[in-house]
Amino acid sequence: MSAWILQGIETGVKTTRYPDKTDDSPGVTPGFPGTTELNEPHAAQALAATCPMSALASEGSRVLVADRGLCVHCFRCARNETPIAWRDDVEWATLNEGSDVLAHGFARSLHVLVVDAGDCGACLSEVAQLAGPYYNAHRLGIFVTPTPRHADVMLVVGPMTDHMAEAARRCYDAMPDPKRVVAVGACAISGGVFGRTFASLGGVASVVPVDVTVPGCPPPPLAILHALLVVTGRRVPAGIVP
Amino acid sequence: MMRDPLRELLIRNPVLRQRDAGVVSPLTLVDCPSSAIHDACLALSSAGCSFSSIIAEGVPNRVQLLYLFRLRHGAGWYGLLVQLQDDAISLPSIATVLPAADWHEREVEDLFGVIFEGHPRLGDFVLHDQRWREQLMPMTPGVEVIAEEARPPHSRPWTPQRLVEAPGGFTMPVGPVYSGVAESGLFLLETLGEDVIRAFPRLFYKYRAIEKIVEGQSTADALLRVERCSGTSALAHAWAFAQAVERICGFIVDDDTVALRAFFAELERYRHHVATIREICESTSTLVATSQAAIVEEEVLRLCGELGGHRYLFGVVVPGGIAVRPSPDTLQKALKRLHVIDARLRKLQRLLWYSSSFRDRIEEVGIIAPSAAASHGLVGPLARASAATEDLRATQPYSPYDKCSFQIPSQVEGDGYARLGVLFAEAEQSLVLMGELAGRELFPAPAQTLVPAAGAALGWVEAPRGAAIIFVRVHKNGTIERLRLTTPSFTNWRGFYLATERFAFQDFPIILATLDLSIAENDR
Repeated sequence: MSAWILQGIETGVKTTRYPDKTDDSPGVTPGFPGTTELNEPHAAQALAATCPMSALASEGSRVLVADRGLCVHCFRCARNETPIAWRDDVEWATLNEGSDVLAHGFARSLHVLVVDAGDCGACLSEVAQLAGPYYNAHRLGIFVTPTPRHADVMLVVGPMTDHMAEAARRCYDAMPDPKRVVAVGACAISGGVFGRTFASLGGVASVVPVDVTVPGCPPPPLAILHALLVVTGRRVPAGIVP
Repeated sequence: MMRDPLRELLIRNPVLRQRDAGVVSPLTLVDCPSSAIHDACLALSSAGCSFSSIIAEGVPNRVQLLYLFRLRHGAGWYGLLVQLQDDAISLPSIATVLPAADWHEREVEDLFGVIFEGHPRLGDFVLHDQRWREQLMPMTPGVEVIAEEARPPHSRPWTPQRLVEAPGGFTMPVGPVYSGVAESGLFLLETLGEDVIRAFPRLFYKYRAIEKIVEGQSTADALLRVERCSGTSALAHAWAFAQAVERICGFIVDDDTVALRAFFAELERYRHHVATIREICESTSTLVATSQAAIVEEEVLRLCGELGGHRYLFGVVVPGGIAVRPSPDTLQKALKRLHVIDARLRKLQRLLWYSSSFRDRIEEVGIIAPSAAASHGLVGPLARASAATEDLRATQPYSPYDKCSFQIPSQVEGDGYARLGVLFAEAEQSLVLMGELAGRELFPAPAQTLVPAAGAALGWVEAPRGAAIIFVRVHKNGTIERLRLTTPSFTNWRGFYLATERFAFQDFPIILATLDLSIAENDR
């Protein structure tokens, strides 16, 4: 028994300083492609064409990230002969048009229902890391709740499979107002690599209204944390990608 | 003395004919009429082969079924090829004699419309009956399913079958959305109050139809979907897929590349096992232990992110090579850090072993008897905790494991404690392997763009959860004609009920955690 207590004390504090300070420890984020200036339009077109998800676009000799939500972190643009510029930030969450954040009362106590709508396991694993010592979402008043009746936020991962649509809708309906929906990962935003087929509805928004989206495949824990802070107005959403 | 299953098979069944080599590389293929399939499967099974998969392919006007077997002790893959001509849509079921084939037959029935005569339970498997009409057969080539036209004509509420008939008996449904951070699946717990008599899983809530959507895609684009059939064992599946594609193209990967692939595969196995250990600690509410395992897990995730660019190692292995090539020096430094990280895991193992309150929760829960594990063809650490010794790295060796020395940990009790022990021991072996591979000073060649070639081949890798077997058929223009993912979780979920007979309610999350089954990997 005492051995466990000693082990706990010996471990010390591992928790990130985010959101008070930026956390740029190596390996906390896969990063994102950013706007890249190349020498000639031809090279820009070729670089934009490496993206299998059409997340990149070229404009003259410049390559733009047209839609971060489509990026699935395949790194083909980063491993191109003329690679794209890479940005290692983590604050990726955006607020959808017409959505607003939860009022001040939720700042210190936010109850989150996690719904798996067909994810591959990576997004869910990153959500699970939030409970660990490195991210410790509890210190920010963020709790995972077992029931939709107690939930303020529904955090959805996965492309929204046809079989999960009914369950997700019922969860949303069972939540008390005010409530918000956070779509985590490329799949939850647009269906990701699974797209829109008979088995996948191509994103959470096809079933419930989405307020905050976090791009990434999967988004790292800090990006998901950022989304949960955005939903309560404690952090500003990511702006337009420069 | 090693038996020759092929010889025994051909002698016992004179109607069978061996095919020319190379139709499905590297299989020994035998043509089998559908009427003889039952006897042929039994003959292979009794000649020392394990049932591995049924690979159905829709060819215009007919369905072709490939029954895949592998030698239990020794290298070798065998296939029985059944052609269902014209209007024939049925053949005898083999699930009654080989339980491992049960779910494969149900899946083929659901997706291709083939009827397996004598199978006790066809229908409502991959495609849930409330959502889809009968005879949808979405995997038939050229069929594009339009959801609106595929709904059942009138609503059909689904009623689970109940086996427990006793006064006061009832069924407690759990899922598909349940507490915490958990994958979606429905469990029907049949109970009389205190004990659960039987637990019945209903899966495929996460069915994404990966095998369907990759058809017609280039191998590079299909790779993205193969990785994401299971994000927590993405690299293993990518590697098996790459093996198959390289076999078709006749491309030989250099030794340093396969060694580096294996280094990353062992890193993935290590991370996966730590994550499962964390989940087991969490299921028993051992909070300090959960946190300690979570620290190890996150530190390995960060190491993966630094070394491979991606925390879950997506995009590292590609057909034709490896996309990430760290220098020997970088690998050595990573290994050094991994040993520091591992010290915490070893400490955790010692602390857990001496915590009787923890051991009491996982000892003798969810027991899978060795005989049951063998007859159901279970794979991976789950099977090795029930006395199995099979590990594709050793039994069907692929480069570089044929030139590596490592142990295959195994236990005989088959309970939660044995499974935890195997996970700890395998993580240790992975570290040993990484040390050996990093010591070779690897300078892999840059990844090559493969010249498209037509053909079919098999790729296999011992993924973190067990045998991952991938069948690929490629058109001559380089697009996928058929992809079949036989994932370890699909194989092992069939054995779920073995571990969940007569147990106490509070043990359910613990059994589930120790079984280490991925629903994403099963549903695909």
